[in-house]
Amino acid sequence: MMNKKRGLILREVCNLIVPAVLLYALYVQFHGDYGPGGGFQAGVIFAAAVILYALVHGREQVEKVFPPNVIRYFVSIGLLLYAGVGVVSIFMGGNFLDYNVLAHDALHGQHLGILLIELGVGITVAAVMIIIFYVLDKFSE
Amino acid sequence: MDIQIIVDLCLLTLLTVTAVILLRVQNLLAAVLLSGIYSLLTAGLFVTLDAVDVAFTEASVGAGLTTVLLLGALAITGREQSVKRHSRILPIAVITITAAALIYGTLDMPKFADPNAPIHTHVAPRYIEQSGEEIGVPNIVTSVLASYRGYDTLGEVTVVFTAAIGVMLLLGGRKLKNKDNDE
Repeated sequence: MMNKKRGLILREVCNLIVPAVLLYALYVQFHGDYGPGGGFQAGVIFAAAVILYALVHGREQVEKVFPPNVIRYFVSIGLLLYAGVGVVSIFMGGNFLDYNVLAHDALHGQHLGILLIELGVGITVAAVMIIIFYVLDKFSE
Repeated sequence: MDIQIIVDLCLLTLLTVTAVILLRVQNLLAAVLLSGIYSLLTAGLFVTLDAVDVAFTEASVGAGLTTVLLLGALAITGREQSVKRHSRILPIAVITITAAALIYGTLDMPKFADPNAPIHTHVAPRYIEQSGEEIGVPNIVTSVLASYRGYDTLGEVTVVFTAAIGVMLLLGGRKLKNKDNDE
């Protein structure tokens, strides 16, 4: 249903928008400490850009860049990164997910911990959304 | 009239209209698009409540991705709702009783925007006053979500993860693996 050749205007506008949306996703991801946003929103926006491209140009084109077999691993990599930060903070002498011990002083530790777990959230959310889209699109063929 | 009240009234009116139309349409494609509109209006309401982070999530997840994924699901299942003709008395009774119980429950709640409500006097003052020194992140929402409530967020990510596993097990496994020997 989603792989037919689309119109010229739709394709060109999509080509124009997608890079900006991907960049915006990265901004939301790494600027979440200072403005609204964070891993959840960034992951969803990233996935939305990928899905938009897939809807216009066909899933096969996107699968060349984001192969389903690789994306499947990223679904768990994000979650493992998040939980891993918790385990590392235990080994460094704190409680689970206590970021204070991650760096030489507490505030740096908090920054590092938040950055890493937000990255984990972003990776998992983006991968989950992309993989659900792949599965639905493939199933409907 | 205060501009905020006008905006609130417009959004709430549109929200009600959308909800009523949503109940009445039989075409599932229209229903999916209407629920996207409903999410977008809710996001607008969150903005008027100064909850930009929540509005951001609602707009991107509720209005954006959920709509696309539901459209994908519709492509598998079909676009028309099957009409079933049976008595509506039981559903209406259940809904009336549930709604009455919920409304009765709200009678004990503190008034809207009451500064002495428990939610504003428990941990919120500490987050507002000390998260700058303890976490050092300007966005308090981020410090609550990622640091003070890190366990909860880990749980949320696990829920998202589980959703993907569920979809892959139900629909994906066979077809994603056996690319070449599709029927």
